[in-house]
Amino acid sequence: MTLESYFMEATYLLASILFVLSLKGMSHPETARRGMFLAEAGMLAAILGTLVGQHIVTWVWIIAGLTLGSLIGGWMAISVPMTAMPQRTALSHAFGALAAALVGVGEFLVHGAQMGAITRGALGFEVMLGALTTTGSLIAAGKLQGVIGGKPIQFRGQNAINLLIFLAMTGSFVYFWIHPATVAAFYAMLGLAFAFGVMLVIPIGSADMPVVMSLLNSYAGLAAAATGFVLGNNVLIIAGTLDGFSGFILSVLMCKAMNRSITNVLFGGFGSVIAEASADTGGVMREINLEDAAMQLAFANRVIFVPGYGLATAQAQHAVRELAELLESRGVGVKYAIHPVAGRMPGHMNVLLAEANVSYAALYEMEQINPEFPSTDVVVVIGANDVVNPDARDNPKSLIAGMPILEVDRARSVIVLKRGQGRGFSGLENPLFFKACTSMLYGDAKASLSHLAQAIQHM
Amino acid sequence: MNPAVLIASVYVFALAAFLGYQVISRVPPLLHTPLMSATNAISGISLIGSLVLAGAGHAPLFAHILGFVAVTAATINVVGGFGITDRMLKMFGKRLDPKAPNTPGSK
Repeated sequence: MTLESYFMEATYLLASILFVLSLKGMSHPETARRGMFLAEAGMLAAILGTLVGQHIVTWVWIIAGLTLGSLIGGWMAISVPMTAMPQRTALSHAFGALAAALVGVGEFLVHGAQMGAITRGALGFEVMLGALTTTGSLIAAGKLQGVIGGKPIQFRGQNAINLLIFLAMTGSFVYFWIHPATVAAFYAMLGLAFAFGVMLVIPIGSADMPVVMSLLNSYAGLAAAATGFVLGNNVLIIAGTLDGFSGFILSVLMCKAMNRSITNVLFGGFGSVIAEASADTGGVMREINLEDAAMQLAFANRVIFVPGYGLATAQAQHAVRELAELLESRGVGVKYAIHPVAGRMPGHMNVLLAEANVSYAALYEMEQINPEFPSTDVVVVIGANDVVNPDARDNPKSLIAGMPILEVDRARSVIVLKRGQGRGFSGLENPLFFKACTSMLYGDAKASLSHLAQAIQHM
Repeated sequence: MNPAVLIASVYVFALAAFLGYQVISRVPPLLHTPLMSATNAISGISLIGSLVLAGAGHAPLFAHILGFVAVTAATINVVGGFGITDRMLKMFGKRLDPKAPNTPGSK
């Protein structure tokens, strides 16, 4: 080994250690930012090490790629609004996975002939995972951005077709593995993986996006880990595996929070059959006017805000914080209750509220806050639906039966901010809206919250 | 790759998975979005594979072009991912005292 290679290996080891330390920093908001600096330093070291230690001959493509990538990446980092975080993250998964897939194709082009069976196997996983994550993430980003409709796209025999594509893809892989000289099998595998990624995500509805995002996160990481196996590079294996497992853990947590299995999310096509299944429960939704709602809030002792995806679409995070501060200044105790799958990705609501300067000390997880609802005067539900649906707890026939919910119906009074009388994304009827303690305040959430604040100020 | 290297790599994989599980299960739900964003940026480490592909000698032009696209994609992932993670974590860091008013001048 030359001196340069020793230097390179040393930077890789350093990067691996820094990556683990940075994730350890993530265990608390106060240490998280410092942790990220460690990861950034690790990444920089690994890049410099590679440029020094590998036998780089042509610099043009490298410099061009680094410059273009930094410009686009930097622009994304600065300009993307917090409400667009889910689609930004999905896009980012797509880019990472694309890089892994292309490195795989490049390896095949350059070293395909000399590859042993083990490397070929790893290469197959790298290319398949990379390709299907690329297209899958692009579809997810399109759905989140609203370019593609959020409703599940389904047709008869969908699962059978998906299974066929999957079998054809793995078949091409096995054929390529046994007969490495058949270039066609390799490219067939690549193309089928791209197609499979599309097919995997189109039948999934917007409400299930937290699980899908986590899964794609996991796949992108595993694709990078497989790249490490192909190149015999440990830092790639370690970083990729950390990402892969992080995504996996999040997927499991999200599924638990919906009381569903991963298979059910991927192949269940939630939200299509449901419209017929839930008969109208009858009853009337009681509407409340702004003054009465403001009065309730102003003279309450304890108020809990429950944000959902509606908070993000209405961009109401600043308005809710202003209202909350006004209430606090009048001596009202204010808390926020965050359901694990509220929004479109894990932690979505926390980020939005943090952007609006809400202290994280005021944000409560489901298990912490549920015992507090009975002693709460007013709960304000902002664009949340399924996560507060009492059917999940009370009606064993409900399609979301068993899903843990925020038990807002145990509070003395519930005010639901909602755009209109329609059902939520899942199409489920929500008995909460018909309960005696519930009143509905229709309109854009942001406008409603600001008007409430104004009304309270004038009291 | 010979079997000995494969076995060593599998060890690395298994230990990284175990370590990842231990470290990541301690991350509070509060920080799940930054976590996803950060791990994603970290997995942009496939950039180092892309660099080799883009710059290695004795490779066909097409491989260089693939490498160029891969470097671009991975760099977007790394720069964008770390940038936005930092932006998010900065928000979580401010206002450590829950009752303190906003810092003057902000909004």
